[in-house]
Amino acid sequence: MLKAKTSTGLVFFPAYDWAISATHPEREERLLYTQDQIFEEGLFDIEGIREFKAEVIDIKDVQRVHFCVPEPEKVMTESHYISAGGAKTIAKAKMDGLVKTGFALVRPPGHHAMRVVHGGRGFCNINNEAIMIEYLRHAYGIDRVAIIDTDCHHGDGTQDIYWHDPDTLFISMHQDGRTLFPGTGFSNETGGPTAAGTTLNIPLPPYTSEEGFLTVINKVVLPVLQEFKPDLIINSAGQDNHFTDPLTSMNFSAQGYADLTALLKPDIAVLEGGYSIESALPYVNVGIILAMAGVDYSHVVEPEYSASQLRQGKSITATIEKTCNEVLAIWKDRENIRVRMQENVLYDERRRSVFYDTDGFFESQHETLHVCMECAGTYKIDSRADTGLRVLTVHIPRKACSNCIQEGHRWFEQADMTNYDMIMLQDRPEDQYLTKKK
Amino acid sequence: MIIGLDVGGTHTDVVLLGEKGIERRVKVPTEKSSLFDAVFEGLEQITRDIPSDKISHAVLSTTLTTNAIVQGKLPPAGMMVTCGPGMDPEYFRTGEHYYVVDGAIDHSGREIKKLDEKAVKKAAAAMKDAGIEYAGIAGKFSVRNPAHEIRIREILSPMFEKIFTGHRVSGNFSFPRRIATTYLNASVYRVHKEFFGAVQKTLDKKGIGVPIYILKADGGTMDFETSIDFPAQSILSGPAASVMGSIAFAPAEAETVVLDIGGTTTDMAVLINGVPVLAPQGIEIEEYKTLIRALHTQSVGVGGDSTVRVDQGHLFIGPERSGPAMAYGGPQPTPTDALFVLGMAENGDKEKARTGVQAIADQLGLSAEDTAERIFDQACREILDYAQELVSLINSRPVYTVREALEGHRIKPTHLLVLGGPAPQFAQRLKTISDYSVSRVPQWDVANAIGTALSRTTCELTLFADTYKLEVSAPEEMFHQALKPGFSLEEARKMAEELLVKKAIREGAHKQPIETDVLEELSFNMIRDFRMIGKNMRVKMQVRPGLIQEYLQIAEKIKNGEN
Repeated sequence: MLKAKTSTGLVFFPAYDWAISATHPEREERLLYTQDQIFEEGLFDIEGIREFKAEVIDIKDVQRVHFCVPEPEKVMTESHYISAGGAKTIAKAKMDGLVKTGFALVRPPGHHAMRVVHGGRGFCNINNEAIMIEYLRHAYGIDRVAIIDTDCHHGDGTQDIYWHDPDTLFISMHQDGRTLFPGTGFSNETGGPTAAGTTLNIPLPPYTSEEGFLTVINKVVLPVLQEFKPDLIINSAGQDNHFTDPLTSMNFSAQGYADLTALLKPDIAVLEGGYSIESALPYVNVGIILAMAGVDYSHVVEPEYSASQLRQGKSITATIEKTCNEVLAIWKDRENIRVRMQENVLYDERRRSVFYDTDGFFESQHETLHVCMECAGTYKIDSRADTGLRVLTVHIPRKACSNCIQEGHRWFEQADMTNYDMIMLQDRPEDQYLTKKK
Repeated sequence: MIIGLDVGGTHTDVVLLGEKGIERRVKVPTEKSSLFDAVFEGLEQITRDIPSDKISHAVLSTTLTTNAIVQGKLPPAGMMVTCGPGMDPEYFRTGEHYYVVDGAIDHSGREIKKLDEKAVKKAAAAMKDAGIEYAGIAGKFSVRNPAHEIRIREILSPMFEKIFTGHRVSGNFSFPRRIATTYLNASVYRVHKEFFGAVQKTLDKKGIGVPIYILKADGGTMDFETSIDFPAQSILSGPAASVMGSIAFAPAEAETVVLDIGGTTTDMAVLINGVPVLAPQGIEIEEYKTLIRALHTQSVGVGGDSTVRVDQGHLFIGPERSGPAMAYGGPQPTPTDALFVLGMAENGDKEKARTGVQAIADQLGLSAEDTAERIFDQACREILDYAQELVSLINSRPVYTVREALEGHRIKPTHLLVLGGPAPQFAQRLKTISDYSVSRVPQWDVANAIGTALSRTTCELTLFADTYKLEVSAPEEMFHQALKPGFSLEEARKMAEELLVKKAIREGAHKQPIETDVLEELSFNMIRDFRMIGKNMRVKMQVRPGLIQEYLQIAEKIKNGEN
């Protein structure tokens, strides 16, 4: 009798009636062949593998993470409610002990969605993983979480949301930002003054193959995880590192993805990108599911696979080794980095411009963090988008000290309403979300 | 007139249905040693003195193939399998004579590895040497492209008596289930053919040579000829017989739970506006998970003869059965004994029933009457809980579109339809303690035979169209055609319906407008290099399980007859 060594839950939500636009890569057809392959393999018949029906997310779950401008209903499409709901469903199944591990095979993806959302970026509008994690923290008292982002694109949205959170370790490995959207994710991006070192970025050169990815997992990700000791490991499981992906330039494979999953042993994986819908996704997904369930995946080999053609060059290996060492050094030195960044700084400010490529406009942000010695620090973002809307958002972190709670409320109460269309407050200790409008 | 015959564990029920409703009914004991005798005896008694030209056909639901599988009394069958990337095909081994040969088709129907014909011939020779007469062939993704299965069949056909191919048994995905289903067809073939061949022959000899139909697990029928090609479809038809027998008595416009309350178990099914809900994939029997269509039924260990006991102050009913009720000489108290104590049952030993219930009462510190009330109540509540569980299970089936996720219909049955021995008493109590409206199936003791007699011929069909490759195919029907550009989903649906109706008529459907349902209908724009190159369409249709229209008046007669 075929049996999963690790009981595994799956939410499969291919959104067969939803696309960003008719010929967009994020389209109805994306998971069709994956479904065909999963069904044909009979994966749901394996004892210990269980399929769950995706639920629909609550607005409250979204507001725990995002400031949606002007409101969640305006930046989300119907499919987002179910995609994020699917991640939530699988997380609940895991926490309720129905399964040991779970995979939300859902679309649309979410890892480019930042704290403030004016529209769509990199095919993402809301961040499925962050919504799931903050729900778990709220409903199940989860504290420390690690997110390992293995999508080919830098997970800049997730990075942004957890930039100031020392309890969330975010590691992104991706194709070098000089060669791919969103153009960020360099190894010197390590988190804000109160959380430096819990954001780690490992940019990889184009044409990195199995060897390179597994080196990063073994040399950096696993040792860091061991030290960080998360309550949960989340994998943002993008599948666009595949050698056939039309949008990227990497040489990863189904076997590689399965090996990576077997090494990483994520509690929950959530699908991100991956647009080689016929040549990669059917095989990569079967490989990941079997690896999670602890079932032999050695026969999951794409028809077009050739180990010798995909092997990475020596210079690529050397570059990756160097990056791994740099990142490990940052991790080891994180306490010192924090001290240096906090020295003589009461308020840390950053200004930046965010491009919404999917919707085609810019947003400019001015962020102010209270560099607090007691907690992660409350922060506010003054955000103005080309859409004409200007908002002030205030985030009081989950474990805020009383000073930061007071400061957050003061910012919210005392801001000059004449400057803004809306002012929003995310009060995480009270689990409430307040809005003031002009 | 029509004959309906259903073989049960203890009795074989036979009815003759005609203009007057039930014209005749017969019950013969089912001798385990000779299923044939029971079937033949039943048919002979029901047709005695009735000219055979008055009988249009007989529909049989037997435990033949089910028992053969459960008892492992099957001749060895060979399996030849082609695979491709994915799970190790060794996981799906069906037995000693299981051969994996090289050759692979991918999810889109492309050949990704040539068929190794040498290996096929070698494996075939090995099977032949081992004395195999019946063979199955199953390929991964053969429903997308059956070329390898067809070629293997060509090679094997001179060597084996009967060969079954995977793409014919179902249009659904699931390679492991395709293997199991094809294998079961090959395995039960001989038993099935010999048995019904003998029945037909004996009937012919006796001058009652009416055409034979066979009931399937999906509550539909197939004619004998069709059953020779798909004998495994007769597996587990028993639960379907009772459900189909209830349909005529279910409210036409309500969601209904059918409860067949037996001695050991209560069997449940759900009807939506009189149409039974099908299981998502197929029947499961012993270690085999199949693609054989079946009604979604659930069995729970609570029935009239369930053993009642007390453990640490808690009352337990079932799931085991120690024998009949004490009122009928059994060893342990049962819900039926509780009915005796409550004065709701007769024709049994009331004193013995009371003794049994009193023993339970002593442990609970209650009177015998209060205890009987509690037993009866709890049995009813457990049945209701399980019914709710079945409903939740159906409602939690995953959906794959935004529309279904946001607006998908959730069933919420409002009616209970009860049949089985203790149906009258249970129906009353279920009504009192729940919000359901409740009714009973008249002539419940032969509802299974009535259902068998009146059911339609059903079948399913899957159609794949690809307007880029300009091809359309329906693997189950071995249908493959070139397409003209501009082929639409409407045309695909029409084509699927035509093929389905043709299939249904060939398999024995009576002349009538054949009621069909679209089970699934998808059309995807295929985008390659940011350009739309064509559409990928799938249409899955079924003949809706139900009763034959022109026999509805017979059902009406039966319904009125009891009032």
